[in-house]
Amino acid sequence: MDIAFLLNGETVELTGVSATTTVLDWLREERGLTGTKEGCNEGDCGACTVMVSDASGTRPINGCILFLPQINGKSLTTVEGLAGPDGEMHPVQQAMVDHHGSQCGFCTPGFVVSMAAGQITGETDHDRQLAGNLCRCTGYAPIVRAAVNAARQPVPAWLRDRPAAPPMGAYVNDFQPTTIAALAELRRAHPDATIVAGATDVGLWVNKDMRDLGNVIFVNQIEELRRIEVAPYMIRIGAAASIEALRLATLRRYPSFAAMLDRFASAQIRAAATVGGNIANGSPIGDTPPPLIALGAMLQLRNGEDMREIPLEDFFIDYGKQDIEPGEFVEAVVIPRDQEADRLKVYKLSKRFDQDISAVLGAFNIEVRDEKVISARIAFGGVAATPKRATAVERALVGRPWTEATVRTAKWSFAEDFRPLTDMRASSAYRLETAANMLDRYWREDHGQAVDVREVTP
Amino acid sequence: MSMGKPLPHDSAPLHVTGAARYIDDIPVPADCLHLAFGLSHEARGVITALNLEAVRAAPGVVRVLTAADLPGVNDISTAAHDEPLLAAGEVHYHGQPIFLVLATSHRAAREACAKAEITIEAKPALLTIDDALGARSYFEGGPLTWRRGEVAPAMAKAETIVDGRIEIGGQEHFYLEGQVSLALPQDNGDMALYTSTQHPTEIQHKVAEALGTPFHAVRVETRRMGGGFGGKESQGNALAIACAIAGHLTGKPCKMRYDRDDDMIITGKRHDFRIAYKAGVDAKGKLVAVEFDQYVRCGWSQDLSLPVCDRAMLHADNAYWIPNIRITSHRLKTNTCSATAFRGFGGPQGMVGIERVLDHVAHRLKMDPLELRQANFYKKSKPQETPYGQPVKGFILPEMVKSLAESADYKGRREAIARWNEKNPVLKKGIALTPVKFGISFTLTHLNQAGALVNLYADGSVTINHGGTEMGQGLNQKVAQVAAAGFGIGMEQVRITATDTGKVPNTSATAASSGSDLNGMAVKNAVDQICDRIARFLAPKAGVKARDVVFANGRVTAGDIDMTFPEAAKDAHENRISLSATGFYATPDISWDRTAGKGHPFYYFAHGAAITEVAVDTLTGENRILRVDILHDVGQSLNPAVDVGQIEGGFVQGAGWLTTEELVWDEKGVLRTHAPSTYKIPACSDRPDVFNVALWNGENHVPTIYRSKAVGEPPLMLGISALMALSDAVGACGDGYPHLNAPATPERVYMAAKRVQGTR
Repeated sequence: MDIAFLLNGETVELTGVSATTTVLDWLREERGLTGTKEGCNEGDCGACTVMVSDASGTRPINGCILFLPQINGKSLTTVEGLAGPDGEMHPVQQAMVDHHGSQCGFCTPGFVVSMAAGQITGETDHDRQLAGNLCRCTGYAPIVRAAVNAARQPVPAWLRDRPAAPPMGAYVNDFQPTTIAALAELRRAHPDATIVAGATDVGLWVNKDMRDLGNVIFVNQIEELRRIEVAPYMIRIGAAASIEALRLATLRRYPSFAAMLDRFASAQIRAAATVGGNIANGSPIGDTPPPLIALGAMLQLRNGEDMREIPLEDFFIDYGKQDIEPGEFVEAVVIPRDQEADRLKVYKLSKRFDQDISAVLGAFNIEVRDEKVISARIAFGGVAATPKRATAVERALVGRPWTEATVRTAKWSFAEDFRPLTDMRASSAYRLETAANMLDRYWREDHGQAVDVREVTP
Repeated sequence: MSMGKPLPHDSAPLHVTGAARYIDDIPVPADCLHLAFGLSHEARGVITALNLEAVRAAPGVVRVLTAADLPGVNDISTAAHDEPLLAAGEVHYHGQPIFLVLATSHRAAREACAKAEITIEAKPALLTIDDALGARSYFEGGPLTWRRGEVAPAMAKAETIVDGRIEIGGQEHFYLEGQVSLALPQDNGDMALYTSTQHPTEIQHKVAEALGTPFHAVRVETRRMGGGFGGKESQGNALAIACAIAGHLTGKPCKMRYDRDDDMIITGKRHDFRIAYKAGVDAKGKLVAVEFDQYVRCGWSQDLSLPVCDRAMLHADNAYWIPNIRITSHRLKTNTCSATAFRGFGGPQGMVGIERVLDHVAHRLKMDPLELRQANFYKKSKPQETPYGQPVKGFILPEMVKSLAESADYKGRREAIARWNEKNPVLKKGIALTPVKFGISFTLTHLNQAGALVNLYADGSVTINHGGTEMGQGLNQKVAQVAAAGFGIGMEQVRITATDTGKVPNTSATAASSGSDLNGMAVKNAVDQICDRIARFLAPKAGVKARDVVFANGRVTAGDIDMTFPEAAKDAHENRISLSATGFYATPDISWDRTAGKGHPFYYFAHGAAITEVAVDTLTGENRILRVDILHDVGQSLNPAVDVGQIEGGFVQGAGWLTTEELVWDEKGVLRTHAPSTYKIPACSDRPDVFNVALWNGENHVPTIYRSKAVGEPPLMLGISALMALSDAVGACGDGYPHLNAPATPERVYMAAKRVQGTR
């Protein structure tokens, strides 16, 4: 494939690049820019963080699971490109020195790039901005001190004025369509091709499973596939919308959903990973399907010029098996807005709060009128072979009084709905019991009890 | 004066700009080969067939080596010669290297490895502590016991006896920079290596052994590591030796770095322990007798397990006087990766044992755990002896703990927490104070030595070199501060150079927190020699005594002679005075008989105390650290910024070990948590909301370098307070004792809460 991009402000044109060469490998092995580090090669440690800018803004991304074609037409800034024209340090760099934010220094370039990106986007929640950067030496305290200090200073002019695209824009490639129609045609012609959106999962197939992907279709140049439409009676989320875009779109209407998306993954992953990818890969531990199912979302699948719409929960047939035909792809997911939005609560349970895969993810949408449950849509991840509704629990609730006794009884129905596995994240018994306890938590939260350990202060 | 200043890390400007060069950043010649290991897919068995044709035919592969192809000794072990580089015949753990691929790129080498056809006739593997005990699979033939006093009669007279056991998980180092080595073959059969290692000298020795050359034919250089934590004390041997052998056989530069998953699967981790205990106390809660059985999963080879287990025994007392004690250590050989050094080196596990005992006793006696701890502290007035017979001198914990408890309002907060817990049915808070008394010195006495090379150039600039390695702990900066102070010059005149076996020979690993104690002294010794030579040269000219020549503020003054330091250097050089010196230091006053468990193994003790407050959700077990207050003893700090950094980082690493960091092996001995996606070290938001760290203002009572104290390992054990605070919070759920195991993941906390509530 042929690509053009800005590297630290300078135009780079590459022809005939492999679709699966990562930005990290190219920087380090081809370009000789070794400031960006490989820590884990799977997007979990952030040592490889680079900054990507385009018309939609600036974001930190993990360079280890970012394929070169994904930066076609964009601006890439690495740690080497943060300092000023005369070599003066970027304010975050100086703050990291002044506040003793580096010890071994290996994670430092990634932190510095994340912090510089946060400074541009105005993010002041440093835990959120830095959740995807692991440091093993400092215990983070001095890094956050540096971040707080740097956030008070203006974005340096040399970064603020850097263009977001190379002069020639993006090069055109056969396997990098720019419209949904073109994608539909390409997908029909190549039903076996791998669709790459954010590459946060596919990147691991390449880096860890050493897979040869064959034909790869990149969807990141399709503006219309990223669109999120908010209409009075529905929200339609394009398949290539990032998790971060979804988080921002749900912030007001579904705050609990948005709060869970904070913990979906790091800033780097949220900026790259897409809603469509999280659904289409069919994982039983994807975090977006349960809340979307609880909201009654419909999935729009496109095949050539044909479109069909199915309830999202019907998409997941069994482990690794989805209702998708050859040549078909996920185009969008639609949330009908005919429910009381503030009834949705989403609970994520994992060993670590941030940047961790769920052991259990529960989404509850229970409507109560006159002290009685009139409807319940409850869906879970991590407790079955697919994201799945808790239909027996729902039955045990609907029509009954919204009381602690009803909840206590309904908790028994979880064992009817789910038979979770034991793995390295959690045991079967723990998963089942905590899934049931989440209903308890929902009821208590509804009755004003303190249930969120994250909100406890010393 | 450069001493005691909070100077930034010497490489900080390089770190933040990406200019700091790590091994994988060194530009290599175009013909450099890249190496990868093919690994065993069984935990134990005999290799019956090894078909590597597809590996050899894979794109980019230059050569494939098996055990039979090695030119010299097939061993990477630290001492016991029980750890082959490549498995020969038998495999002993899942992930053991079997063959070595040399290819034109890192990816080509990794891709080729996946094409091997390895047939292994599986044998029953000993994976757990129970498996090993059942098979009596011990290192050194059986358990080792140390005793003091008469345990049985004392226990019989005890007012109250508690017994129980705690399981303590291991810990992956998760240095951000994985293991990596680069070998450059030289003329005359020599080998130069660039290695990310805490122990360049051991790499030198092992490479020489593998190539069949004298030590002088191998030179090892280490500028910096991207984190070590003990994980690069011995675990880099395999890569360095593989690179050297490959370089020797092909004549080409060879580089090897582990992919993160391989790194976590192949390399050793902190030892996981089971500690069974029985403790008797008198009516006031004073310990009268304690019995510990420490069951340690050492893995398939010995590595550093014996001294690790020794140190666990040596810290079974932590800060407490235990008149009658038996400590038995079971060093179990299992078919898992070979557990290795990790910050604290067994000390943390030993300490968790006694802290657990006191937590349990306090619960039984319904006493405040802090009061119980204070009642059992060693007495300061009349030094009492540790169970191994060393008088506890300079014991400042009683006043430190008193000061910390007051400044952080332990008592008031404990009462407030009790009230808060009464009002909250789902969420519970807990608080705990735990102390640390950590012995400083290598227990293997001969390792307590260090060398240095200091060169003063004729322009007054200085290079320093010493046997210690920089892994982020700020050792080089501290040592440079020592040199600058000695010469009376500014830090900008001192250049730190890479650790190099060609400059300072026969060094010890940078380990046991000893880096600045040993190397600071060795550098000071060299600096003093050079100053002395200059002074002896200038003194007669000025008509003063040599000892009256002053080196300060960038000047040298001798009577009426007053010149800049560069002028003095130039003058001395032109008068044929040697301006280069080697320094040496050997720690005094230490001795140790490890079989008997008696002696004076430590030069001194470093102390600290932490109060941790936590909150738990009893519906899920999710938990958080809310506030931490630390008071830590670094003697007279060489660099308070560096020291505070070690304390903050050590606490979070220790708390991570005991909370979220869970290693899970399956029933086939496969490590299921071999990447950061499944193995969770603390992230940014896991640090305490309120994190107060203060240094105890005091001098070391023994004459260490500028009366400072070691700080590398001790703060890790401050993290034990997090586990005890969680135990306190869970204990608030009911009447039972939580018996909380580590790591206290949400699942373990949840299950413990259920036990306390009596619903499980």
